[in-house]
Amino acid sequence: MGARQSGKGKGGGKAGGRVGGAKAPGGKGKPPQLGLFGGEAPAGKGGGARKKPRRARGPAASGEAPALEELQSPLPMVQQEQVRTPAADVGSEPADAEPAARGKRGKRVKSVAESMAARQREISVSEFFTKNRHLLGFDNPAKALLTAVKEAVDNSLDACEEAKILPEIEVGIEQLGETRFRVRVVDNGPGIVRGQIPKVFGKLLYGSKFHRLKQSRGQQGIGISAAAMYGQLTTGKPAVIISRTGAGRPAHRFEVKIDTRKNNPEWTEAVCDWEREHGTSVELELDAVYRGGRRSVDQYVEQTAIANPHMRITYRNPKGEERAFERLTTELPREATEIKPHPQGVELGVLMTMLKDTRGRDLRGALMRDFSRVSERVALMICEAAGLAPSTRPRSLKTEQLEALHRAMGQVKVMNPPTSCVVPIGEELIRKGMEQGVQADFFTSVTRDPAVYRGNPFQVEVGLAWGGQLPSEELCNLIRFANRVPLQYQQSDCAITRAVMETDWRHYRVQQSRGALPSGPLVILVHLASVWVPFTSESKEAVARYPEIVHEIKLGLQICGRRLSQHLSARRREAEEGRKRSYIETYIPHIGLALKELLKLSERQERDVVDTLTDTLRRSRAAV
Amino acid sequence: MAKKPRDMAGRILEEAREIHARIIQGRKPSMKFPLRSLQNVRYRPNPGYFELKGKKKERTLTVGTVKTFAQTLRMLSLSKELVDGDDIATKREAYYVSKNWGQARFDDQPESDTVIDDIEALFMVNREQLGFIPEEKGGEVAGKLTVIDKDRETGKALRIDCTRFGSGAYSIPISVEHLEFETDARFILAIETAGMFQRLVKHAYWKVAQCILISMGGVPTRACRRFVRRLADEKKIPVYVFVDCDPYGIGNIYRTLKVGSGNAAHINEYFCVPQATYLGITPDDIEDYKLPTHPLKDVDIKRASDAMKNDPFILHFKAWQKAFDKLLGMGVRAEQQALAKWGLNYVIDTYLPEKLKHPERFLP
Repeated sequence: MGARQSGKGKGGGKAGGRVGGAKAPGGKGKPPQLGLFGGEAPAGKGGGARKKPRRARGPAASGEAPALEELQSPLPMVQQEQVRTPAADVGSEPADAEPAARGKRGKRVKSVAESMAARQREISVSEFFTKNRHLLGFDNPAKALLTAVKEAVDNSLDACEEAKILPEIEVGIEQLGETRFRVRVVDNGPGIVRGQIPKVFGKLLYGSKFHRLKQSRGQQGIGISAAAMYGQLTTGKPAVIISRTGAGRPAHRFEVKIDTRKNNPEWTEAVCDWEREHGTSVELELDAVYRGGRRSVDQYVEQTAIANPHMRITYRNPKGEERAFERLTTELPREATEIKPHPQGVELGVLMTMLKDTRGRDLRGALMRDFSRVSERVALMICEAAGLAPSTRPRSLKTEQLEALHRAMGQVKVMNPPTSCVVPIGEELIRKGMEQGVQADFFTSVTRDPAVYRGNPFQVEVGLAWGGQLPSEELCNLIRFANRVPLQYQQSDCAITRAVMETDWRHYRVQQSRGALPSGPLVILVHLASVWVPFTSESKEAVARYPEIVHEIKLGLQICGRRLSQHLSARRREAEEGRKRSYIETYIPHIGLALKELLKLSERQERDVVDTLTDTLRRSRAAV
Repeated sequence: MAKKPRDMAGRILEEAREIHARIIQGRKPSMKFPLRSLQNVRYRPNPGYFELKGKKKERTLTVGTVKTFAQTLRMLSLSKELVDGDDIATKREAYYVSKNWGQARFDDQPESDTVIDDIEALFMVNREQLGFIPEEKGGEVAGKLTVIDKDRETGKALRIDCTRFGSGAYSIPISVEHLEFETDARFILAIETAGMFQRLVKHAYWKVAQCILISMGGVPTRACRRFVRRLADEKKIPVYVFVDCDPYGIGNIYRTLKVGSGNAAHINEYFCVPQATYLGITPDDIEDYKLPTHPLKDVDIKRASDAMKNDPFILHFKAWQKAFDKLLGMGVRAEQQALAKWGLNYVIDTYLPEKLKHPERFLP
């Protein structure tokens, strides 16, 4: 039985116990080796966080002093072989169902449903994503490299900010073979507690950010483990993590792999020396392609530096070129506060779960307790609209009642959620960031007031740069950010792009073909900050087109557009002025010459004509 | 030419002095041009041509006009040079001369043509008087006419018999003021297309009909208009016009021959043929002779409705308004050559003789 718990990861004893009964895919034909691992799980008394280290394939964590290693992990490393096959799992299942399928005459007739059942089995998330890697941003080798860096940097930044540390990040990419790269991201964050490391990097959908409504870069807890999984799938190499949580504590070096069928980590660990007092280093080897230009890692780093002016980042690309982006401010962004869900933004499924888990004794209490902006009055109004007694026990609600409640929550007018929970980059920092990263001669930016879509607060910021060295014959360069993360793919599917295209840039003296982005020496930056950014897919590349979001972005664009237009007309006036001045200088001598020819004037008289006339025209212009 | 052949060079000098004086006084010089458009002409029924209403535009030297102003003055200087040296330059040549003016050069001939037209209007003279001549061909003549020109070298009279060009024709020169005429023709027939002219010449129609044939080749040039005018005035013979039945044939070709154009309104008095009348093809002819037609194009319809609204000549004659109404109502046009439907020489044998029996029925 213990073996089954191994299939369920973090839950340790509790989760394992519940699932262990009926349907665990473990079944009969499992190899005895699993017992080794599974049997140990309950032994992890530290609340499931401590698991026994295992050594997968590959070298042992190199030559560290055995004495120290022993101190940290008293149990020796155990060899673990993965030999379970899917066939072994499935073969056992239909046997359980067999009696029910027997025909009247006791003759064994295998029905279609049965043979289908033979093929039906649980799909692990990891397996699913192995086959759908595009959903996570690993659809091609160039993108894979970018996604791996991005996920690691996003995590680093989130961790630093949460720990109130000014981020200091190193990104290095090393080319090992034609399509083989090693990515290393090192931060000065708080580090990761030893027991969590395998799960953070070796288990999909494991994270701290999914269940809360708080603005952060990562959301689902897929990113970094997916990157590790991709690396493992393409190179067979584990992710190497070094982490240290403080000056007095030891650094740990982990090699983590994912058992993709079970969505569980396998790892080896060792204590090691590390120069940083605290922080985390992630090293992945993966099959990839490096290139520069648009959608490259280079561009990602540049854009990330713009959106995170409090960060210092050094970046070494595969060609060995190193760049450093210094911080523009030493002030950390205000900490984002966590909020409760707003009645208008909650999905039915989420509502069901919330009411099941609520600590509120009755419906009225549950609504007030678990939702944002629900006062007693509002709670009673919701109950009434749903036709439910406020004293109903939340757990006793039936499906139809829950549906009615969900409808009622959408109908009753509720105050917008608090917006203090979204943290913008700030007008001035956006402008400074653009000034540092873009060669233009006009910059402007605006931070809109927070707004709300479907009960989720969000805030839009727009920056705009014009002229200078920017290419003037091309479409504008649109830089999109969501919670300070650059969005580099799926531009055309994004609400931000839509808003830019729907804005009439010709109003602002900028060229634009119908239904296209504006063109000219123009860079447009749009940042969307929200407690929950509605991405169109898990690879987090495009923002879904909520009308409220598109509208807010457009308003921001219009403000910047108006300022650009003012700038351009001022420039145009200056140019016109110059042109007219040169007009006078160009053509008046011809008037002098013609009159000289006609009237046989002397040189002096000709000069007189030119000088007087030039003077007359200048004066009349000045008078205007 | 009737207008005082006052010393052109003197008038140019006068204008230049005035401009110079204003500049030296520290004022902005200006030139006044009559507005050259249909809006600024009225139809004067007696003797019958477009005359200027007198609206003028003043071109004051400002930053915006400094380029054109400089170009006008330089063109004026070129004109004076031509007049002084008794030389001429075609409009195209004048354009090429400007290439020598550095920044003040013209980039396109239409620009320099406009400046020449401006100067012409400024002095209310014909451009030939300023030394500028057009490229355009003047028109062709065949039939009962002897033109008396001068030999360039000897100065002796040259008699040109227009019956003796065989299948060819006499070309109207650019300047016609010095020509004299001898003729016993009964009328002048001015024809729109060279094709129809060729047919009538080939079959010596002028002999049968005792007339002078003139090919206008589209809208008649100033020289052609002046030639017909002088000939008709001096020999007191009527002028009949034979063009396509469409808004262009009537509104542009015939109208310009008879009363002049908006653009050259300052000299229409001399470059028009008020005694001309319209032989055909009339909208009625389309029905009477059952002529094959083409539908009116959009530009035709626009031209016709513009003429009915803005052309003082059309507005003056009810008969023309009726004709245009009818044409627009039918929605078709017919070319001179459409008569060939009834046989190639139908026009000579039947159409023209029938029409010429009733000159009083010709449209005004």
